[in-house]
Amino acid sequence: MVEVTLWGSLGAAAGGQSKLDIEAKDIRELFRKLAEQYPALEPLIDRGIAVAIDGTIYRDTWSKELPEGAEIFLLPRLAGG
Amino acid sequence: MNFDPRYSNRSFSSVGTRPIRPDGVDKVTGRARYGADFNMAGQLVGRILRSPHAHAVIKKIDTSKAEKLAGVKAVITAKDLPDLTDGDAAMYDILDNCMARKKALYDGHAVAAVAAIDARTARQALKLIEVDYEVLPHVTDVDEAMKHHAPLINDAIFTEGLEEKPVKPSNVTKRTQYGHGDVHQGFAQADFVVERSFKTEQTHQGYIEPHACVASVNPDGTAELWVCTQGHFVYRQHCAQLLGMEASKLRVTSSEIGGGFGGKTHVWAEPVALALSRKAGRPVKLVMTREEVFRASGPTSATSIDVKIGAKKDGTITAAEATLRYSCGPYAGMWAEIGAMTAFACYKLENVKTVGYEVLVNRPKTAAYRAPSAPMAAFAVESAVDELAKEIGMDPVDFRIKNAAQEGTRASYGPVYGPIGIGPTLEAVKNHPHMKAPLGLNQGRGMACGFWFNFGGQTCTDLNIGMDGSVSLAVGTVDVGGSRASLSLVAAEELGIDYSHVKAIVADTSSLGYNDMTDGSRGTFSSSMATISAARNAIKVLRERAAQMWDIGVDDVAWEKGHAVAKGEKHGNLGKLSLKEIAAASGKTGGPIAGHSELVADGAGVSFATHICDIEVDPETGSTRVLRYTVVQDAGKAVHPTYVEGQYQGGAAQGIGWALNEEYIYGKDGRLQNPGFLDYRIPVCSDLPMIDTQILEIPNPNHPYGVRGVGETSIVPPLAAIANAVSNAVGVRMSHIPMSPPRILAALEAEREG
Repeated sequence: MVEVTLWGSLGAAAGGQSKLDIEAKDIRELFRKLAEQYPALEPLIDRGIAVAIDGTIYRDTWSKELPEGAEIFLLPRLAGG
Repeated sequence: MNFDPRYSNRSFSSVGTRPIRPDGVDKVTGRARYGADFNMAGQLVGRILRSPHAHAVIKKIDTSKAEKLAGVKAVITAKDLPDLTDGDAAMYDILDNCMARKKALYDGHAVAAVAAIDARTARQALKLIEVDYEVLPHVTDVDEAMKHHAPLINDAIFTEGLEEKPVKPSNVTKRTQYGHGDVHQGFAQADFVVERSFKTEQTHQGYIEPHACVASVNPDGTAELWVCTQGHFVYRQHCAQLLGMEASKLRVTSSEIGGGFGGKTHVWAEPVALALSRKAGRPVKLVMTREEVFRASGPTSATSIDVKIGAKKDGTITAAEATLRYSCGPYAGMWAEIGAMTAFACYKLENVKTVGYEVLVNRPKTAAYRAPSAPMAAFAVESAVDELAKEIGMDPVDFRIKNAAQEGTRASYGPVYGPIGIGPTLEAVKNHPHMKAPLGLNQGRGMACGFWFNFGGQTCTDLNIGMDGSVSLAVGTVDVGGSRASLSLVAAEELGIDYSHVKAIVADTSSLGYNDMTDGSRGTFSSSMATISAARNAIKVLRERAAQMWDIGVDDVAWEKGHAVAKGEKHGNLGKLSLKEIAAASGKTGGPIAGHSELVADGAGVSFATHICDIEVDPETGSTRVLRYTVVQDAGKAVHPTYVEGQYQGGAAQGIGWALNEEYIYGKDGRLQNPGFLDYRIPVCSDLPMIDTQILEIPNPNHPYGVRGVGETSIVPPLAAIANAVSNAVGVRMSHIPMSPPRILAALEAEREG
């Protein structure tokens, strides 16, 4: 079980919740379960979400494991220059 | 991905040295081929007709006269680029920006295009196209566009992110909010509070090379595109989607690039060139003029920012708040959101709140510009931080050190930081001789910090070992700053051979797997990771071949300094086998030797920099001169230190232009008044001092060598560092960028008049 923190507009799509407890071992499972439990999140996940695990931002690695007790923070996928 | 990207402390032979870049001679002799340097047999000249109006309904376009002109081979409008975006809003905006559909949304918006046998005929044809416009009221100022009576740019836009769903459309596409704690409580604890408002004008990346391409669509539906871009794989995806092609049928080759800085991260005219070629049945070359680059490519946002920061007498910040309004051009973006995320990222804050508003205006579509949105936010925040330090009576460096984020700090945008480099850059600045150098009359010194995220992304690399033992490295990230040299160093390091035996190229889209573009400071970070992985895969093959040549087990073969070495006493009589010897025998031991890698290079790690600037201001004319400039930035590990320094200096130089002179100036008619380098003044060599650099190396734990991206962070602090320097020189807080001579004089006059 990991605690996931959602940024503002993502929280609105999860029924106004900013923190969720999700049983997920990696980013793929996290996204899948978020979409299952909160269907309004699915288009936002499809559009692109970054996952910060203990402060390091991952954008594309579905297989990245979510360590027990790690801080998981969902952020928008950003543009670079 | 079976590659372990974790950092391991090691010594280096090649990495960290400074060889000459492989593309250097071609670039200084003029042999290098940029976007406009490519030609195909029978190619036509493409030209685009652009709206002279800032906002107008396109009632009718009559192309019949142009089509009848001798030498014209194709004329296209939006009808020739139908909407194939299938609900993808971002791609639809790109399509509409390439060719206006119902409305022209800014001065310079493309409305039609021609392909003709020469430039003269193409220009004549443009004049024969008749467009019937219904001119609409326009708005170009970010604050004006937010007012309720402002002309509405898109009546289908209802502001996202509000607590209550709006019932009326608006030019504000989205509100976003970041932060933690309770700012009201934090301000109540403060002994000093500074509250200021700032503006920054719109600037262009100012890349020297205009957008240019040659497109050739074949009768069988396959196509080729030669183009100046930061990401040819991304351009392939965009063009294929917009033209209804399979991506594999479109081969895109990236030219050398004369600067991009984010402005060449999505398509602008390339789908138009392909559509013209498809209609004409001949190759089409399309090169933007400088005027077109200014009017119709993607500058950065103009901004309007309010900042409030409170602190105790001992210098501890108790609360920080900012409201950021960023212009997006006529299409939705997330530019203010990035500003809201980065604004206070340098600091350890208990109570912080930032709110961003994305604002539509009748200006060109905003594009990324090197650490997009962060420089303007840093300008506002770092100016206020300096003011607050002054009110408290603290040295501005000590004040920042006291409040600097560190490992374990909750970032203002949400997560908790791992190991970061803001503290070390501040300590290095505090101890730098620059900070102790004397200043003269009318001179001021300023310093400021900056933050950027850095990204990784999808990356694919091939490493091929020739039968003579030389190495070809094919990468898919466009080389914008010397990455072919850096990646050759990495390949040489892993293989244990000399740099001179490695030749790196940027492969086309049909020769290599997909690569994300060179943005987010990812080029060297990502492709070095893939190169290390590919080299290690090649070494595995080399060991197997050596084992064959010796007739021993592969587990008994190690790779050391460019040689296979048989391990153990039982093989003590075997000499080393060099890479060259193994390569020479490859035809008999299993064929070509290669290493391949495809991976997602994530974990780029955030980046910080601190800059110092000395400036002299002429109080009679308002003119400024940068006397001395120092950049201190964390590189993780500098693979090629000269090109890391180049990135630091380049960011500072661009920032100096942005801070002091550059701005889009619109007339009351909504037309851009200064679309050329004569009136839009970027700094030239004589405007700049030698920019000193100090590279810090705090290893990134998520890269085998500890590499961090370095390309973007260097443009984040300059606006603020220079504003603080000018403010200190003239004794008046400068709150509007650029600090051009008229603006400085106006600020001095306002101060005199109280």
